[in-house]
Amino acid sequence: MTRDEILDTIREILVDALAVDDDEVTPSATLIGDLGAESIDILDITFKLEQEFGFKIAQGELFPEGITQDPDYVQDGKVTARGLEMLKERGPHFDMAALEADPSVENVRKIFTVEALINFCEQKLQAAA
Amino acid sequence: MRWMWIDRVIELKAKERLVAIKHLSMAEEHLHDHFPATATRPQLPVMPMSLIVEGMAQSAGILVGHANDFKEKVVLAKVAKASLTKDPTPGCTLRYTATIDRFTDNGASTKGTVDLYHPEQSYLDDQPAQPERIGEIDLIFSHLDRNSAGTQYPKENFVFSDSFRTILRTSGIESSF
Repeated sequence: MTRDEILDTIREILVDALAVDDDEVTPSATLIGDLGAESIDILDITFKLEQEFGFKIAQGELFPEGITQDPDYVQDGKVTARGLEMLKERGPHFDMAALEADPSVENVRKIFTVEALINFCEQKLQAAA
Repeated sequence: MRWMWIDRVIELKAKERLVAIKHLSMAEEHLHDHFPATATRPQLPVMPMSLIVEGMAQSAGILVGHANDFKEKVVLAKVAKASLTKDPTPGCTLRYTATIDRFTDNGASTKGTVDLYHPEQSYLDDQPAQPERIGEIDLIFSHLDRNSAGTQYPKENFVFSDSFRTILRTSGIESSF
């Protein structure tokens, strides 16, 4: 499955789950900021990804949980070096460059882009192959 | 008033499917307010569609809760789809059929249909009831204690109250919770 094919499937999922228009689902769009996803939508999207792609997604695998509440990972409104390491380790599908440049906690949600979803699905499909 | 929007569970296949019914009665206070008479038309008592969605949420919620023997606090997280085409009136019966679509540690998604049994097509001597499909309602449920924010809730399962126990008992469904 090519990345374009993966994007087409993800676009259908996000249009259905978030009631957004097709053209809003671009690789650079952020789920929580640009597409208006709320935390519970992530559960809906997870179900739909499992259904469409046929793989299982463990809790916290798509988006690591509890980061912003953990003082080991966030201090004084910024993600700590340990927090950044944890995100890289648990979220190889994220592009961390912008967050590493400005590790403000409000930037954490910005790494959760459509591109990250494509990477995630591609990695899961390759692992299953 | 008890916040129960189903009267009886008539079928339960664990982790798969639940069917429940709800009779609509003129004795229900809310029907008199929905909609009251105006200067231009008489009173129009119809079942609010939001409460039909709630009936499906309770039907599907019991199905999801039963799957783990009511150990999880199952809460409605999202109405993924709700389509209803007719206003049920007093004397009608609603039939909710909920099926589990996905079930994980975090929650579940369900699909559901709503059928309407109209008295004139349901209680005649010489012909079987003819239900009419009037809606589809798909829902997402979350297991509250597994919320991503890590919020702690009381240990007691406050979601499945005595009213739910009563419905299950009077429906002849065994449960240990």
